[in-house]
Amino acid sequence: MGGNVGYQLDFSVVWDALPSLLWACLGTIGLAVSGMLLAIVIGVGGVMLRDSRFKPARWAVMAFVELIRNTPFLVQIFFIFFALPLIGLRLDPTPTAILALGINGGAYAIEIIRGGVQSIGKGQIEAGLALGLHKAQVFRLIVLKPALRAIFPSLTSQFVLLTLTTSVASAISAYELTSVAQQIESNTFRSFEVYGTITVFYLVMSWLLMRVFDQISRRYFSYPVK
Amino acid sequence: MAAANASPAPASAQPMIAMRGVEKWYGDYKALTDINLTVASGEKIVLCGPSGSGKSTLIRCINHLEPYSAGEIRVDGTLLGDDRKTIDAVRREVGMVFQQFNLFPHLTVMQNCTLAPMRSRGLGKAQAEAVARRLLDRVKILDQADKFPAQLSGGQQQRVAIARALCMKPKVMLFDEPTSALDPEMVKEVLDTMISLAEDGMTMICVTHEMGFARQVADRVIFMAGGAIVEEGHPAEFFKAPKHERTRKFLGEILGH
Ligand SMILES: Nc1ncnc2c1ncn2[C@@H]1O[C@H](COP(=O)(O)OP(=O)(O)OP(=O)(O)O)[C@@H](O)[C@H]1O
Ligand SMILES: [Mg+2]
Repeated sequence: MGGNVGYQLDFSVVWDALPSLLWACLGTIGLAVSGMLLAIVIGVGGVMLRDSRFKPARWAVMAFVELIRNTPFLVQIFFIFFALPLIGLRLDPTPTAILALGINGGAYAIEIIRGGVQSIGKGQIEAGLALGLHKAQVFRLIVLKPALRAIFPSLTSQFVLLTLTTSVASAISAYELTSVAQQIESNTFRSFEVYGTITVFYLVMSWLLMRVFDQISRRYFSYPVK
Repeated sequence: MAAANASPAPASAQPMIAMRGVEKWYGDYKALTDINLTVASGEKIVLCGPSGSGKSTLIRCINHLEPYSAGEIRVDGTLLGDDRKTIDAVRREVGMVFQQFNLFPHLTVMQNCTLAPMRSRGLGKAQAEAVARRLLDRVKILDQADKFPAQLSGGQQQRVAIARALCMKPKVMLFDEPTSALDPEMVKEVLDTMISLAEDGMTMICVTHEMGFARQVADRVIFMAGGAIVEEGHPAEFFKAPKHERTRKFLGEILGH
């Protein structure tokens, strides 16, 4: 307690930095949305491979999921940023962050979406096959939407988590809210005001994201079920 | 066995379905034993037998929802193999209706009916919808075309499922206990639909215990037990004078009360 006595709140610093903080929010949203899109692609593609008849593909997906889910995100992002250049793959911080977020979110999305796919009755698949559709068509046209509907709440929380995880990208100085806040804080020493402010910003962004997902759900998954 | 007497098809015509020496194994369990069945074009077969006797397995082999283990199956002359090409060819000619309807919940009635014709037969949307409207009208449910399956009764859903299968213009229709999941008051509307389909000359194999339906439309009734065909005959003889003890016992059980 004693150390804080006499700390005077002064939000003028935050006020002055507001434009750059708000721009940085856009950076965060950009990372989050790009990461989510990549995660969806990896998630859906991974589920198709995971349940394909081609054994090496199944194993590769299983290994990928295990690897990503059992290692720290910070290490994953460092690996892409610092280790891959040694074998000739050099990416800027922002693409690195998007890639890392997409891969990480994708691994979790595979497990989540797979749960949804498994909740779809065998009869649906058989009806599609009996109508002459191929396996991939059955997945895309018949299984996918009800499966996504079934797991949409879990996917939403996973993607909120992904949005918050963008702050880890500050470790490689990607352009996003936390790294911009760190710069402002180190110039002004106004830790309380700066981190307090971005806490609120993150809260608002999470809340907005949930609203967006709610709208998507209303729009695409509103068909009635018994 | 040749086409039954009651069959409208000429004896010389190529059979619509020809199963010869078909066996089906699930691991080391033999679900079908030496199935020999020839179905002429336009013929209506009713398949009955106790639970676990292999009725579903038999008809599911015909459209390769289950691969068969031995013997051969020909559909309209095409030898059904394990390759995608013959499986596709056969599935285009064979429609199936399931006990649980299996309508796609995220698609409207209309979309349920146009999906496969568009994606599998390559029909344009307008064309597929025109076909669907005609067949939905035929099963008397055109007014529900924009509803989702969950908004329909079981009987309505099953009629949509029949229309959906018909939209592929199949030459054969397979029914696997189409009325077993229905409330009693809805059985008739589905059976009436099937009867009208039969009257139009569709080749049909129906797994059902609706013996009234069998009497009215079947050219042959086939009784299965233990994975084998035990006996078959024209419904008049089949019900009056079943030859085998197991058939008599079975008929006694389902007609008895
Ligand atoms: N996928 C499967 N794996 C193993 N055994 C199976 C499988 N499907 C069916 N069987 C077995 O094969 C036998 C025949 O099953 P089938 O479903 O064809 O019977 P059915 O005559 O349709 O019975 P029901 O009247 O109950 O529908 C049964 O003993 C069943 O347990
Ligand atoms: Mg059955």
